[in-house]
Amino acid sequence: MRAAARSFATGPLRPRWLKLPMACGLVILGFWLLATFAAPLMAPYDPLDLAGRRLQPPSAAHWLGTDALGRDVWSRTLHGAVHSLPLALAVVATAVAIGAGLGALAGYMGGVFSGVIMRLADVTLSFPPMLLAMAVAASLGPGLGNAAIAMVIVWWPVYARLMRAQVLEVREREHVEAARAAGAGRVRVLTRHILPLCWTPVLISATMDLGQVILLAASLSFIGLGATPPTPEWGAMISDGASQFYSWWVALGPGLAILSIVLGFNFIGDGLHDYFDPRSE
Amino acid sequence: MTGYILRRLLAMPFLILGIITLTFALTSVTRGDPLAGIISDRQMTNPEVVAAAKARWGLDKSLPERYVTYLGNLMSGDMGTSFITRRPVAQDVMARLPATLELVTAAMIFGAGAGITLGVVAAVWRNTIVDHLARLLALIGASIPVFWMGLALLYLFSVQWGVLPGPGRLDPRATTPPQVTGFMTLDTLIAGDLRLFGNALYHLLLPAGVLGWSVAGTISRLVRANMIEILHREFITTARAKGAGELRVVLRHALRNTLVPTLTVIGYSFAYLLTGAVLTETIFSWPGMGSYAVSAARGLDYPAIIGVTIVGGVIFLITNLVTDIAYVIANPRVRPG
Repeated sequence: MRAAARSFATGPLRPRWLKLPMACGLVILGFWLLATFAAPLMAPYDPLDLAGRRLQPPSAAHWLGTDALGRDVWSRTLHGAVHSLPLALAVVATAVAIGAGLGALAGYMGGVFSGVIMRLADVTLSFPPMLLAMAVAASLGPGLGNAAIAMVIVWWPVYARLMRAQVLEVREREHVEAARAAGAGRVRVLTRHILPLCWTPVLISATMDLGQVILLAASLSFIGLGATPPTPEWGAMISDGASQFYSWWVALGPGLAILSIVLGFNFIGDGLHDYFDPRSE
Repeated sequence: MTGYILRRLLAMPFLILGIITLTFALTSVTRGDPLAGIISDRQMTNPEVVAAAKARWGLDKSLPERYVTYLGNLMSGDMGTSFITRRPVAQDVMARLPATLELVTAAMIFGAGAGITLGVVAAVWRNTIVDHLARLLALIGASIPVFWMGLALLYLFSVQWGVLPGPGRLDPRATTPPQVTGFMTLDTLIAGDLRLFGNALYHLLLPAGVLGWSVAGTISRLVRANMIEILHREFITTARAKGAGELRVVLRHALRNTLVPTLTVIGYSFAYLLTGAVLTETIFSWPGMGSYAVSAARGLDYPAIIGVTIVGGVIFLITNLVTDIAYVIANPRVRPG
């Protein structure tokens, strides 16, 4: 039994993609996914309930203590996943859909369309992401939805550039020429012969970006441009912790939550990168 | 090469115009009312006050008119007046820029030092526990929210252990030296006050370390990859065969040959530092552009938001341009498209 376990850990039984960091990443992500769907079952208290006395340090009743209103920090941390994870997925999915779509068209069609899209991408990428997201979020007003729009505006050009470069490269390959010679139409060549070969770098980049989007969303909430109280959002909770500076436990849970989930996405992204590009190991 | 540099320089004015236009466009599709930042809720119901405020701040004009006026004013260095401070935005930004540049420069030095060290150590002891630890440390730096780490370290080092000072650029009791460069470390030196210089440096340590660590990961990853590649080259074997010590081989022969890509990634990491500075400054009460941007965004101070975003974009654009050009000059074999 132990030999079998060891052989799974290092030997031929272990699938090639499963390395220790990748496994850690999947475990962390698994935990937060579970929290996203089952936070009310996992949390000992309601995240908005004034469950205990104010600013109590961690104890058996309140594992991570209570905040300035007496709400249970552990319960609020678990519920934070309900906001952060779906938000990050939605932002990255939308940014990939818009960016990769426009990038693929730009790469395939070229000409004026490509010029306009890529210049717009250049200008958008000329901003430090946080500053641009802040400006847009401030204009749209506070709220997680508006923060999400701001982040899509910041992020789509990344995928547009990536996808365009991929399409430009794959477009010149021989099988594409063969498909054209065989009489395949433009749409068919793009969707059946070019795009399927372009997704890998986009997917790796998107996985890594999920972590970055969670960080940016928390940052926006931290400065008051994202989630509005009393939403148990991690960035907003750290902001609560900052105003209760001497009660260190208020910010501990949400901080560790962000750290672990971003680390998890980075582990998985690294693992995918190594798997698809073994030279980099 | 000259053609490439010329083309990049010629594109600059268009990119800057793009930055201004995009900032203006994105902040104008507002759902919030800019007037809310100017007059109180009670006066909002008074049509006379509202009309007067609109006329005073040019909000009665159409968007294209406002855009053209803004561009014209910008030509003469006028970025409008802040709703909150009631001072010219250009003046506010200029007063706060040096503090940010000082923080970012210090963070860059820290991040580069830590990143290069971690990268070299990881490459030399590749696939050992040292390598894994160095990589994990770097990855944590890239994954940790700077504002949370800033809070945590401030609490530990300043409150719990009392080894580092609290927020701010100098001790609250210290007298600020006359402003020459706006860099507190330089100004204290110019004033000839070594004790104050030490104090400024002491205050810079924690915010710069927190901010710098966030880019150390990216730098160390690149240094590691390049070092591993170069340590396998023939000239390294030759150097070893000729009896060069291991330290000399690693530092003189290998590390020197990774400098160009390393400097490039340090240049690009500027963007992350500017982004991180916004949050670090908020935590450490650092009177820079970042904390100005935050208070502008919170207070719906549109002229300040637009001004800070444009200045940040232009700084970012210039750093990237300098980095790109330096890379091409250092690497003439690279033929950029």
